[in-house]
Amino acid sequence: MNRLLAFLAGLLFGFGLLLSGMANPAKVLAFLDLAGPWDPSLALVMVGAIATALPAFQLARRRDRSLLGAPMQLPERRSLDRRLVVGSLVFGVGWGLAGFCPGPALTVLLTGHGKVLVFVAFLLLGMGLFERLEASTSQRSGGRR
Amino acid sequence: MTVDWSAFTPASALAGGVLIGLASGLFVLADGRIAGISGLLGSLLRPVRQWVGEKALFVLGLVLSPLVWSLWASPPAIEITTPWPLLALAGLLVGFGSRYGAGCTSGHGVCGLARLSPRSLLATVCFMATGFLTVFVVRHLLPEVIR
Repeated sequence: MNRLLAFLAGLLFGFGLLLSGMANPAKVLAFLDLAGPWDPSLALVMVGAIATALPAFQLARRRDRSLLGAPMQLPERRSLDRRLVVGSLVFGVGWGLAGFCPGPALTVLLTGHGKVLVFVAFLLLGMGLFERLEASTSQRSGGRR
Repeated sequence: MTVDWSAFTPASALAGGVLIGLASGLFVLADGRIAGISGLLGSLLRPVRQWVGEKALFVLGLVLSPLVWSLWASPPAIEITTPWPLLALAGLLVGFGSRYGAGCTSGHGVCGLARLSPRSLLATVCFMATGFLTVFVVRHLLPEVIR
């Protein structure tokens, strides 16, 4: 049941990206282009998504287990640190270059657009570089971060 | 700033956003997990794996969604204007940056903001800022580089 619902959640998430226009890089770039003819649509995607998810997360944070009994795994970090800022700034540059972030890129992967394969290949490479960096850092600090 | 009203699609944007919110809510209430795509994908790349079934199935649903979608609807418009060398660089930056910053548009921008997390608010402000700035530089300062 957990797994079926995980699959359905992924499917529904993809439908949302496709319907909203988030999966179309040209539309994302038109939203990010404040100085051009600006398309404000994607602001409404965030409004709709956050407003809908908010009650679910308010319920989730008061529980130790999900409604199906899985452990509730919410992020525990609270620090506003340099990694958070630097990583997010770097991510935003890539997002602004391509109009793709990870969710839409995976959603478009099998739609026959060759260019998305290039993006996803380098996305995975970037994530792999992060894992390498993490591994070498934790080795140097003796397993602690 | 001039708004391009002809491109503005408020109904589908809002409805699509609601679906994204429902999916994120379903994933956390059913499986206890954050629907952050960079985190889910990144954890599938890790050499030491805990139980990854639900994460893999969420990602599978996402990847298969356009195929299921086209069973009863016309395929949505997808236009990739960025030339491929820039796309490759962008992929690298998105992959590394989203993992280093512990989240992307979904994990910080949707789930994090819906959890009212200060970390996610800061992250969202940062990636929106460089997103806007990058498009400004590419489209208005270096117009000959792209298209």
